[in-house]
Amino acid sequence: MGDYPSRSASTRAGGSSVTARHARSAGSGVSPIPPDDLDGSRPPLGGGGALPRKARFSMEAGFRGLTTAAGAMVLVIIVAIAVFLVSKAVPALQANTENFLTYKAWFPNDAEPKFGIAALAFGTVLTSVLALIVAVPIALGIALFLSHYAPRRLANPLGFVIDLLAAVPSVVFGLWGRDVFREPVQDLSVWLNKYFSWLPIFGGDGPFGRSIMLGSLVLAIMVLPIVTSLSREVFQQTPLMNEEAALALGATKWEMIRTAVVPYGKPGVIAAVMLGLGRALGETIALALTLGIVFNISFNLIQSGGNSIAANIANTFGEANATGRGALIASGLVLFAITLVVNMAARAIIYRRREFRDSAA
Amino acid sequence: MAKRIEASNVSSYYGSFKAIDNISMTVEPKTITALIGPSGCGKSTFLRSINRMHEVLPNARIEGRLTIDDQNIYDSDVDVTAVRRMIGMVFQRPNPFPTMSIYENVVAGLKLNGVRKKSLLDDAAEKSLKSANLWDEVKDRLARPGAGLSGGQQQRLCIARTIAVEPQVVLMDEPCSALDPISTLAIEDLMFKLKDRFTIIIVTHNMQQAARVSDKTGFFSIDKTGEPGRLIEYDDTQKIFSNPAEKKTEDYITGRFG
Repeated sequence: MGDYPSRSASTRAGGSSVTARHARSAGSGVSPIPPDDLDGSRPPLGGGGALPRKARFSMEAGFRGLTTAAGAMVLVIIVAIAVFLVSKAVPALQANTENFLTYKAWFPNDAEPKFGIAALAFGTVLTSVLALIVAVPIALGIALFLSHYAPRRLANPLGFVIDLLAAVPSVVFGLWGRDVFREPVQDLSVWLNKYFSWLPIFGGDGPFGRSIMLGSLVLAIMVLPIVTSLSREVFQQTPLMNEEAALALGATKWEMIRTAVVPYGKPGVIAAVMLGLGRALGETIALALTLGIVFNISFNLIQSGGNSIAANIANTFGEANATGRGALIASGLVLFAITLVVNMAARAIIYRRREFRDSAA
Repeated sequence: MAKRIEASNVSSYYGSFKAIDNISMTVEPKTITALIGPSGCGKSTFLRSINRMHEVLPNARIEGRLTIDDQNIYDSDVDVTAVRRMIGMVFQRPNPFPTMSIYENVVAGLKLNGVRKKSLLDDAAEKSLKSANLWDEVKDRLARPGAGLSGGQQQRLCIARTIAVEPQVVLMDEPCSALDPISTLAIEDLMFKLKDRFTIIIVTHNMQQAARVSDKTGFFSIDKTGEPGRLIEYDDTQKIFSNPAEKKTEDYITGRFG
């Protein structure tokens, strides 16, 4: 057949002689295109005849509309939530007879409502930061082990188990922390108090138990899987050629990881840590079950005590009246603001090194 | 500052697959040796065996004896990082560290080996970049990312990084295959210059390049896919390209390879 199906083949106006000359001359038996494709039932893909009109309602426009709508929905939801929160919070804040930002107790249901966010915000940030301090080094260690040291046969099942840890509901962590993990943490607290009570964070005379330390350790276990699996993912994406470049310069495995793998994964690791921090800040039920629910600002980690914004909402929402609910919503707004600041800080850190990241691609 | 490489009966494996079979050759100090041959014939595998980069891949191993100035680099008491410091390597695709500046890239190897003094690092960076014919192009932007340079500049940056640790031998695995002809020429000029100080072994698919730059040429080939690669002929470049002893070599260099 001819290299290109000619127009005479598609229109077939000339009858058999024309068709035969153009399309079948090279022998019909071995033609790679079935003969019925050439009999004029449809034009060739490259187009025969005049250029067709552009379709007025095409799939292109449809998908464009769908994706734009999906994107716009995010904004609508955010604005709706913000309007709701602010409209509920403002009346409660106006009824408050104490300074919302500095007062350290929570009595919004009284005739003269008194409530402040200070102790709650402090407890939220302290437990989350402590959880990260414990979890991040362990998570990075596990991630590097899985991505660069463990044999594949071990790394895949182990990675799966860690992902499974992320699937455990937080209420289960909370109950486990309250009923099982409390014992060893209490023993540890007593020991720390006995030998390190000269450090303010381990001081006090008890009781020990449902403390900031217990809450933070449970939180640490909960954020561990997120940070681990995301970090592992970015470490695995290190280009082999960069790892080989380091090795060829005479680097040991650990030096290679320090030179090529960790710097390459740094933005991803920061993002992973921020996601973990987001989970820790917003964690509700596990902290409601493991913290001592005391309104104070204290760096003592082992005495019974501690509270957080989300745990306070869970604990007091049931008995709250209208002002009480407004007060809790106002505390939710503060939590939202904290998370926002943390996220923006993380983005700023990543943005600072963009020149190096972008040129890496 | 250049050493002799001697391979005797070297065979390399990936798991149970034998990639090269029984290679023996001697590379004299301060010469350029080109390894040519069709794809998959084991040139790169052999090259990577010389600085023990072969064993980085899982299940890779080697048999036979490879010496650098009569010291077996595969002896069980030899520190593999010392081997790689002594025998540097430039890869097929330019691979500067993407997170590092031009300056940091050049001194990366020195820092790995514990050099911390700023003045030493500065001197070494300038010297290496000058040796790699890159200094004039980058001296005003040493703090810019190394990956922002053009492909040819990146490859010269990688060469600078390799020679900054002052190795004895420099291995180049198709260093110009990702570069345009002008950058290629720049790298070839550079190789002539470096020959005074280093022993250079280069794998190339470009036979004109082998003919232009090398003193000696080794021709590798395989009988068919799945068979290990063999060293067919190893001789002076002049002789290989004008009057090869083996029919296979002649077929390959005249383009009648089949």
